[in-house]
Amino acid sequence: MMADIAGRRAARSLGNASLLLIALCTACKGNAPAARHLPFLDRYHSSPAATNLVQLQRDDGQWVMPAKNYESTRFSSLNQINAGNVKTLKVAWTFSTGNDRGEEAAPIVVNNTMYVVTPFPNILYALDLTQPGAPAKWSYKPKDMNNAAKGVACCDWVNRGCVYANGRIFFNTLDGKTCAVDAQTGKEVWVSQVADINRGESITMAPLVVKNKVLVGDSGGEFGVRGSLTALDTETGTQVWKAFSTGPDNECLIGPSFHPHYDSDKGHDLGVKTWPPDGWKIGGGTTWGWISYDPALDLIYYGTGNPGPWNSEQRPGDNKWTCGVFARKPDTGEAVWFYQWSAHDLYDHDGVNELVLLDLPVNGQVRKTLLHPDRNGYVYMLDRTTGEVISANPFTYITTSTGVDLKTGRLKAVAEKAVGFGRVTRMICPPAPGAKDYEPSAYSPLTKLLYIPHANLCEDAEGVQANYIAGTPYVGANVKMYAGPGGNRGVFDAWDPLTGKAVWSIKENFPVWSGTVVTAGNVVFYGTMDGWFKAVDATNGTLLWQFKCGSGIIGQPVTYLGPDGKQYVSILAGVGGWAGAIVSGHLDPHDGTGALGFVNAMTDLPQATTKGGMLYTFGLP
Amino acid sequence: MTTRALGCRLSGVGAFAAALFVMSCHGAPVSTQQPSPAKHQRILRVCADPNNLPYSNDRQQGFENDIASLIARDLGARVAYTWWPQRRGFVRMTLKRDQCDVIMGIPSNYELALPTAPYYRSSYVFVSRSDRHLGITSFDDPRMKKLKIGVQMIGNDHVNSPPAHALASRGIINNVTGYTVYGDYRSQAPGRDIVDAVAKGDVDLAVVWGPQAGFFARQERVPLDIVPVSPQIDLPFLPFVFDISMGVRRGDVAMREELDRAIERRHDEIDRILDRYGVPRV
Repeated sequence: MMADIAGRRAARSLGNASLLLIALCTACKGNAPAARHLPFLDRYHSSPAATNLVQLQRDDGQWVMPAKNYESTRFSSLNQINAGNVKTLKVAWTFSTGNDRGEEAAPIVVNNTMYVVTPFPNILYALDLTQPGAPAKWSYKPKDMNNAAKGVACCDWVNRGCVYANGRIFFNTLDGKTCAVDAQTGKEVWVSQVADINRGESITMAPLVVKNKVLVGDSGGEFGVRGSLTALDTETGTQVWKAFSTGPDNECLIGPSFHPHYDSDKGHDLGVKTWPPDGWKIGGGTTWGWISYDPALDLIYYGTGNPGPWNSEQRPGDNKWTCGVFARKPDTGEAVWFYQWSAHDLYDHDGVNELVLLDLPVNGQVRKTLLHPDRNGYVYMLDRTTGEVISANPFTYITTSTGVDLKTGRLKAVAEKAVGFGRVTRMICPPAPGAKDYEPSAYSPLTKLLYIPHANLCEDAEGVQANYIAGTPYVGANVKMYAGPGGNRGVFDAWDPLTGKAVWSIKENFPVWSGTVVTAGNVVFYGTMDGWFKAVDATNGTLLWQFKCGSGIIGQPVTYLGPDGKQYVSILAGVGGWAGAIVSGHLDPHDGTGALGFVNAMTDLPQATTKGGMLYTFGLP
Repeated sequence: MTTRALGCRLSGVGAFAAALFVMSCHGAPVSTQQPSPAKHQRILRVCADPNNLPYSNDRQQGFENDIASLIARDLGARVAYTWWPQRRGFVRMTLKRDQCDVIMGIPSNYELALPTAPYYRSSYVFVSRSDRHLGITSFDDPRMKKLKIGVQMIGNDHVNSPPAHALASRGIINNVTGYTVYGDYRSQAPGRDIVDAVAKGDVDLAVVWGPQAGFFARQERVPLDIVPVSPQIDLPFLPFVFDISMGVRRGDVAMREELDRAIERRHDEIDRILDRYGVPRV
């Protein structure tokens, strides 16, 4: 246990007030105390009868998409469980997924039913919350799952969750399908093949439904996949549009509406010209992360993955539109702006992490911003109407760059940390998985802090070793990861986006690979890879409660109101993923270069936890 | 297709023990009165890619299928396959999970398995149409900067194919077309596209691992030239020539020694198989 609080700060003036106001959700079916009206929380209220997704995502009695809402705040105004009573939290019920791979999904809750999707073979379970112990009502198993997907998936066989809309549950399968299932009956409505496993494409991300379109991104950057985002019709599953991340403007859906902020993103066919000829065809830029939506601006936001191939000498140029963020119109897919976190990425720093949409006072003026903690180690604040970088501040130890030039928007790279074939480069921080991988952060409008689960790792790339794929021998760099400064491999930060600094941080022994949720009860929940599910005080990070789950946690917590009107918190335990593959994939601890060098940093994880997927739901006694 | 012997460990055991293994695996009783020779036969468990010609496929049409059968015959065994795409995690999901005792075709200095003695040595080769009379033998040929060149590339993760590195380090970039090492897995010959590109004239020259180049070149309608690249190694780290071994689980020295002896005994026959598939050796 390494949970010491670094840099406590005085409770914000809001602290006491918030404890009073927290009692305020109109959606609460229980006997919630009368609430003072606070306009800034209006957006979180809604009628329980709401069926429109824009309303539903604001209903805090339910949890209809992994990010909770379109802004991706993962904040709930529920407050029955709060900093004062969370210490009495008890297990209410559990459910085994029968799967022993990494469980990264967020369970979702709609109409007194919880929906859980497992890692490959991606079985969808519906659990009846009205019955004692929440037994399964039905399960849906996608047909004809292609086993080759297990060989194709880069980083364990994970799935990041399902989403509800229009009486249906939508989710993706590792072998490249999107499934629509009737939320009541579990009957298949349609199945659409989006990614082609035969070309190395797989899907691990949770889709997002916006305006009757299911938005689906792909995985497979390591196979030379050409990344894209696809919009499917929610009724039929047919493709409405597809926007590639590389290639000519017309295939990237870049047209007259495209107005990027920085000069380096302006020009014709940059998705071709910033590559050697034909390089864009196998250029990567997959879209396996998170999508957010601003209904007022009517724009979706999502990040693009790393460029390929790995040796950057073979792809001189900025390699548009990889390692960046697109704003697009959901109806047509037309791009409106783009910003590149890492031009010509050298480190596998995919730009697909979550994009939290917040209206924040910046220098006395409220701006429509987008917060994004990137793999490259910076928390970016962008103007989400234009793509302009307002600030970019390091949230981890960084040797690969010295900052972001706010005039040009470019990352200031450190030449001597460049990796290349046969070159020995030590202390590459952050390493390939980045300062932060998929695990999404949460934002509380009460504390005005962004809670960031992340890693503290560095790597050395030295020497070469023989390898082969598909019968083809080659030599690859010998990569070994290890803990960054301080020796702790994980950190849980409370980040003030306005000052660009952490106000407190909790050191964790293992990388923090779980998502997080923050509530109006002033409690933040997250899990650790050795299986502790924790509640900490949102204001100062004090550990308030913890429970040891059967396996390490890399999933995403959610909170909801049960049919009894009581608040519950759920989390999937089940170690795995890239960081946890040493347990779920039986990697050899003596082979430090396994899982692309991650094993070296995780050799003690098998002693700390064992695998096995289990859903835990907690409530007050 | 999966193997019938899945999960059954077998090495040098007696006939009676072997019969027990067969029984416990198949769940069918073995009659001691009427012993079936086939059921008493030893099983050599091999993990291989089900769709990766010229090496292997699940119809056993690859040269590694033939060599596995040859070695099994030598050991008085028959081959039972577990199929798995030969991609990242292949060794982890197969050999290390005890799904088999042998994998074919690994580099002899591969660290994730215990390699046997090498049974052939090949090289990356230049592939071009014979009617072009290019005669290119070296990465340092000045024409390499002008011709349209095809090369297989690997996505990310600190790796790439040796010729991709060799071309990049010489500044041969803007005239290069990348193909994926994996090809299109729907096709019956996923690795063939780069050789097809030479035959069709999409590229002037391709740099391909020898066995793939030799095998697919023979199937093209136009004659293709196959020439080993030089140098054989870009100093200090980058080899284009590899010794190829079978791999067993690390620590399984008995199995390796048995295979080593069989490889030695069957050297000439292995050579004939490689000839039949057009595998260039150096």
